Amino acid sequence: MSETILFWSILVSQLMLAGAMISATTRMIRGPRAQDRILALDAFYVAAMLMLVLFGIRVGTSVYFEAALVIGILGFVSTVALAKFLMRGEVIE
Amino acid sequence: MSELPVWAALLVGFFALAGSLLTLLGCLGLARLDSFYERVHAPTLGTSFGAIGILLASILYFSVTGQRPAVHEVLIVIFVSLTTPVTLMLLARAALYRDRAEQNGNVPAAAFGQDVVVEAPADPQA
Amino acid sequence: MMRQILPYPLLSLGMLALWLLLQQSLGLGHILLGTLVALFAGRALAALEPDRPRIRKPLKIIQLMALVAVDVLRSNLAVARIVLDGRHREHHSGFLLLPLELRDRSALAVLSCIITATPGSAWLEYDAMRGTVLIHVLDLVDEQAWIDTIKHRYESLLLEIFQ
Repeated sequence: MSETILFWSILVSQLMLAGAMISATTRMIRGPRAQDRILALDAFYVAAMLMLVLFGIRVGTSVYFEAALVIGILGFVSTVALAKFLMRGEVIE
Repeated sequence: MSELPVWAALLVGFFALAGSLLTLLGCLGLARLDSFYERVHAPTLGTSFGAIGILLASILYFSVTGQRPAVHEVLIVIFVSLTTPVTLMLLARAALYRDRAEQNGNVPAAAFGQDVVVEAPADPQA
Repeated sequence: MMRQILPYPLLSLGMLALWLLLQQSLGLGHILLGTLVALFAGRALAALEPDRPRIRKPLKIIQLMALVAVDVLRSNLAVARIVLDGRHREHHSGFLLLPLELRDRSALAVLSCIITATPGSAWLEYDAMRGTVLIHVLDLVDEQAWIDTIKHRYESLLLEIFQ
């Protein structure tokens, strides 16, 4: 009983997160400007991180936790670097 | 997995569903809202209570199945809730800077008078 | 003497807690190693010589955190509704220039994180000369209500804590 509840709720949650990643990707493709794409990338990696945590629950191991933490840290650093690049790299002629 | 009682399974499922629904709504907002400054608000849904819901589910699941008294998901919550405002502020400032450099009239000008409130398409002279 | 070993006690305590959470154990070895890391982190931060934040009323921080949690949850639901309404709604979003009395740097950092972390409002730019901040609000129905909320709910509390 509890196994079926868990299976279906995790499955539906993962599908919803997949939907979240798809809509972030559409924004990444559509743009229109660089800051929109970076914002979408930021939302995308957060959804991917949460997806990994759900995988961990589903499989029943906690090894995915470390991967999620690494995604979070790398995503933060890359977004900051890209935002900095927007301020200093492109607009100044 | 069989050792999980039904109430725990229900709670884990509820938190996971609520968290991912909020994240989904945030990303949908990212796709649907019209201007950049409106879209800045959307990802915080996923990073505040979206993340908290899913990580609560994870804490509950691993604590009840007894593999470990799982608390280290708290780390992700703290980390995400501290870093998201920083990235969003940096991005918003970059966007402000670019819009001002182009003078496209989307944003209020840098030095502005005593007005307290400015509408979205700000008067360039203001 | 105490100052030299532990220049930033809160930071060092936080580092120790972080270390133990990452290691997932309360063994003596981990506590010793974590303490070493925490002491080193405190010294490293002291070498950077940041402004030391003066926290006057530490207990009020708990009240602030509870307030923020409730507000974030509430605005989560509000923004979710706006997203679901989608294109049908009229446009209310706009910029807001807010005068602040807060001058303390760490207090301003806390306020900016609170405002940005709350869905529906985003901190854009602080002008140190005038002491004003530019905020973008997703659902700007009543400007004065927003100004009052931020000033009365957060700023007054932060003023009590930091100044």
